[in-house]
Amino acid sequence: MTGAPDQPLLDRPHGAAPRPRLLGLARRGRAASTDEQGDRGVLSTADRRRGSVRASMTFVHGFLFVGLVVAGLGPLLWLAKAAVTPTQDTLSQPFALWPNGVDWANLESAWNDIHIDQYFLNTIWVAAGSWFFQLLIATTAGYALSVLRPKYAPILNALVLATLFIPAVVLLVPLYLTILNPPVIGTSLLNTYWAVWLPAAANAFNILLVKRFFDGLPREVFEAAKTDGAGPFRVFWSIVLPMSKPILGVVSVFAVIAAWKDFLWPLLVLPDPAVQPLSVRLPAVQSQTELDVFLAALAISTLIPVVLFLLFQRLFLRGAGLGGAVKG
Amino acid sequence: MTMTRDPEVADAAADRPPRPPSDVPAHRKRRRTPMTWLRGGGLSNLAFVAPMLVVFAVFSWGPIVQAVVMSFQKTNLVSPPVFVGIDNFVRVLSDPNLGTAVVNTLYFALLALLFGFPLPLLLAVMMSEVRRGKGLYSALAYLPVVIPPVVAVLLWKVFYNASPDGVFNTILGWVGIPPQPWLQSSATVMPSLVLEATWAAAGGAIIIYLAALIAVPPELYDAAEVDGAGIWRKIWHVTLPQLRGVLFIMLILQVIATSQVFLEPFLFTGGGPNNATLTILLLIYRYAFQNSLGGAYGEATALSLMLAIFLALLSWAYFKLTERWSTN
Repeated sequence: MTGAPDQPLLDRPHGAAPRPRLLGLARRGRAASTDEQGDRGVLSTADRRRGSVRASMTFVHGFLFVGLVVAGLGPLLWLAKAAVTPTQDTLSQPFALWPNGVDWANLESAWNDIHIDQYFLNTIWVAAGSWFFQLLIATTAGYALSVLRPKYAPILNALVLATLFIPAVVLLVPLYLTILNPPVIGTSLLNTYWAVWLPAAANAFNILLVKRFFDGLPREVFEAAKTDGAGPFRVFWSIVLPMSKPILGVVSVFAVIAAWKDFLWPLLVLPDPAVQPLSVRLPAVQSQTELDVFLAALAISTLIPVVLFLLFQRLFLRGAGLGGAVKG
Repeated sequence: MTMTRDPEVADAAADRPPRPPSDVPAHRKRRRTPMTWLRGGGLSNLAFVAPMLVVFAVFSWGPIVQAVVMSFQKTNLVSPPVFVGIDNFVRVLSDPNLGTAVVNTLYFALLALLFGFPLPLLLAVMMSEVRRGKGLYSALAYLPVVIPPVVAVLLWKVFYNASPDGVFNTILGWVGIPPQPWLQSSATVMPSLVLEATWAAAGGAIIIYLAALIAVPPELYDAAEVDGAGIWRKIWHVTLPQLRGVLFIMLILQVIATSQVFLEPFLFTGGGPNNATLTILLLIYRYAFQNSLGGAYGEATALSLMLAIFLALLSWAYFKLTERWSTN
């Protein structure tokens, strides 16, 4: 865990630069204000004027464009096409555009007959709860460890960080048995969403991110608020949280995406089909579903994450880069 | 931000115990009583720490400790656990499937390293050199990461249809390559899994490399040009050395991730054909959750602990080895 940025991450106001930088991260001591236009990469201005370089850059452009459209967008477009194509056409001519007409009924049968609607709601419920509990734990713990700093804070901090180095597979079986037989409450959490939400909330990475962000907030503001008589809860709610929207956004994206993607854990702790999310149900219904309806179900399940990504692209890409900044 | 400090409030805010009477010996001045704890904000500190403490104790620290204990016990859900010494480890190590699983996992990790590691780097370097369309390219490259992994695998399973009219076989047919069996032959199944996994993960790595490339100081390229370096020598002598920190981390993270591969073999093939894609995690899953004799929880935790210890040793050795190279 080296290479911690010196200043709070993600601190640029939206739309500050005329051309938004890909990643608003100030890294390795370089000023975040460096104008990207002034930056240069491997190629110098002189290089770019050379004919051979120009020709290769045209090739690079073409290669990137074609390659990324085919690899990134291609499967999605094919899925969208296949979702409204009869099974026979998909099987015999996978690249023909509706040789025998469009079959809109696939979407309807996917939604109603294999109950994508129900599993969709389950997925949203799983994601919403995971989001809430991850944010709750990350912000309260980050506030305690960064701002309040009780005497035992360093110990807690070390214990939280230590869990980052434990591969998730070690937890699999004991965590499952904990869900079957949790302490104190005495009743199994199997088939309840608590079994997904609470383990997701024990996320050390979130706490690390939030704590680092809080570390960079100006202390004078907290002191001033205290002088005005604000207690720790007031400072947390009215000052720290409103100042931390960027990092809360990143943690939220991480939480929702992780919940949407998770497969093995919900498969284990939600054996009842009535409460299972899409990721668990889709493989289960595959064998009893006709291919065209199944592909329609896949398309519907992909829609929300892709739309979310297109809407919050900057947040996603920043989050991905941030993961790298912390790892690096 | 200037403020006039009220001495009393500032005192309380600074978490100091109230001034002791003058007859108290000096060494007792800092003694903390429940009262000073309370005045210093101990209760509100605890309120902020408590949620994290409970969640981590029950769903993270507890299960980690339990994993170690369980690996030395025979645990089933009926009778109380019995201490069995190293029996679980012996049984796992003498399981004929373990060798297969280890070899398959190494094969997967190696293939993923050969194909999956250089590709994102190459794409990121190209993307950082183009002047227009960087945002579009990174969005396209990141799209596969956004698709839920379960959907991606199920979709690729359709692509891998082994009939001559399958999606990939049709594409191969366009360039005159005969249809491949993809998932159905033990020779082609693992490369097929790696292909999908690389496609699914490359976008995240690209974004991280792009962020690191932005941070390469342009002066270094200027200086290299003064010394007469061409484009390739600039890449070799400036870009790659500047990225080595990120590259080293990404390499070990990829090895750690691929040695725990589960989703692809589980959903694509279930470990087949002929155990050709039986990985270590799949074996752990089989021990614990797919066992006709009831969950072999002891064996499962023993194997996951051995994997975790191996990965810890590997990372430690790796960091020792690269320490000298990654810092100047």
